[in-house]
Amino acid sequence: MLKDITLGQYFPGNTIIHRLDPRTKLIWVVIFIAALFTARDYLSYGVMIVVTASIVYVSKIKPRTLLKGMKPLIFIICFTGVLNLFYTTGGVTLVDWWIFTITTEGVKRAVMMVIRILMLICGTFLLTYTTSPMALTDGFEILLGPLKKLHVPIHEMSMMMSMALRFIPTLIEETDKIMSAQRARGADFDTGRLLERAKALLPLLVPLFVSAFRRADELAVAMESRCYHGGEGRTRMKQLHFARRDYIALLAGALLLAGIITMNVYGL
Amino acid sequence: MPNEPIIRIEDLHFTYPGDSKETLRGIDLEIAAGSFVAVLGHNGSGKSTLAKLLNAILLPTSGHVYVAGVDTADEERLLEVRGTVGLVFQNPDNQIVANVVEDDVAFAPENLGVESSEIRRRVDDALKTVGMYEYRQHAPHLLSGGQKQRVAIAGALAMQPRVLVLDEPTAMLDPVGRREVISTVTSLCRERGMTVVLITHHMSECVNADRLIALSDGRVIADGTPREVFSQIELLRREGLTAPATVRLLQTLREAGYDVPLTALTVDECADAVAGLLAAGAGRA
Repeated sequence: MLKDITLGQYFPGNTIIHRLDPRTKLIWVVIFIAALFTARDYLSYGVMIVVTASIVYVSKIKPRTLLKGMKPLIFIICFTGVLNLFYTTGGVTLVDWWIFTITTEGVKRAVMMVIRILMLICGTFLLTYTTSPMALTDGFEILLGPLKKLHVPIHEMSMMMSMALRFIPTLIEETDKIMSAQRARGADFDTGRLLERAKALLPLLVPLFVSAFRRADELAVAMESRCYHGGEGRTRMKQLHFARRDYIALLAGALLLAGIITMNVYGL
Repeated sequence: MPNEPIIRIEDLHFTYPGDSKETLRGIDLEIAAGSFVAVLGHNGSGKSTLAKLLNAILLPTSGHVYVAGVDTADEERLLEVRGTVGLVFQNPDNQIVANVVEDDVAFAPENLGVESSEIRRRVDDALKTVGMYEYRQHAPHLLSGGQKQRVAIAGALAMQPRVLVLDEPTAMLDPVGRREVISTVTSLCRERGMTVVLITHHMSECVNADRLIALSDGRVIADGTPREVFSQIELLRREGLTAPATVRLLQTLREAGYDVPLTALTVDECADAVAGLLAAGAGRA
């Protein structure tokens, strides 16, 4: 079960998407999300779907991997769909039973919303799948660097992000280990009702937290031993460079957003 | 040893804040540059505390620690001290900071503000030294324990320290990983002239050291070559430390009335001693 968590995972590769500067990809994701939420009608949705699909194709990330990553999010997706289905009024009423009313408008909104969320997940997953966490946090730090002048702790935030990403596999492994140890002593995580299962997880969380704090403590000492003293005066082994492909990608992103906004304005 | 001491410890006392008992109770030591020193002691003897005092992670409650002539309590020169003494800890998982081996090794020089091409050179060099260069693009959590610990050593080496302090680096490793780490550390000292301070509770890891310091209850109880220390078998026993299997074998033979030296530490030397004994016995018969 825990092995399925692909959030924040990086799949090394050598496609053009992989080689783009992390800053380009971060800006692209922001543009992409903005475009997604501006898109309202069939045509702009069509454009977004084609764009998303072609990025997935070029990145050579298997659609199956993407779907697997979405599995833990099924609940949220369904929930949003159902809410939109019942709470949208307008159009022709299809079903009218007790307190439930489904209208054509509701069906349309629900489908659109689910597609939008799916594309949103695809876009953000592609970012982490094709960018190494180090590059990602470096890009984040440089992009938001100007905020340091306003005393926003950008370096600390990016360091925390990269630490969190670094420790995801370690903590997953540890959780698996603790679960096995407790199963061996008769704990039951897999049967019973939701509440019972949630209760069974509690004894799992305590040792996990204790060990996470101990790790954090040791990590802090190890970092200090290696002369870590905040972001001041720090250099980077791998410096980021904007190449021609980055300018092209950014231009394409700007055009996409402009196009979607135009379609919206003219109600195409 | 003719070399000047790289680490000088003067009347060092240390008490953890909020603790009523002193963890270290007056230690005076000098560690010669280029030597391989093993520090031995069981849990609670204060050996890990001593390691953290060597690079100013902890500061003495009283007394002084000098690293290459610099007092570790001198805040102005903190980075200099930490850059001189590289520290490697017990759990490799908790000291690796990056998701890619080479990025992790680059962490320390990045912190020191080294120029990027120079970092690249140091990282490659450090990884080659510990024999992990082929793994530079790997994710650390997919490596074996011994490999992770070698990456951690490379991470310290990239600072180009003069002293490498290892705090029970093999405690969480299997026998293969243990051998990998110990042979890496030994060759660092012998071939590169690195000063190595190996903190351990495995007697067998101390056999190759130039000098062995035994700690108990915050004090130095024995200090000398491994031969000298291990032959004080009564003292070791009293402190709950066991000598290596070789010395124990010779000790048993001695107690049974055979005349063997207690100073044959390595397996080869011990075998020679026993063979000599047998030959003498055969001659007599």
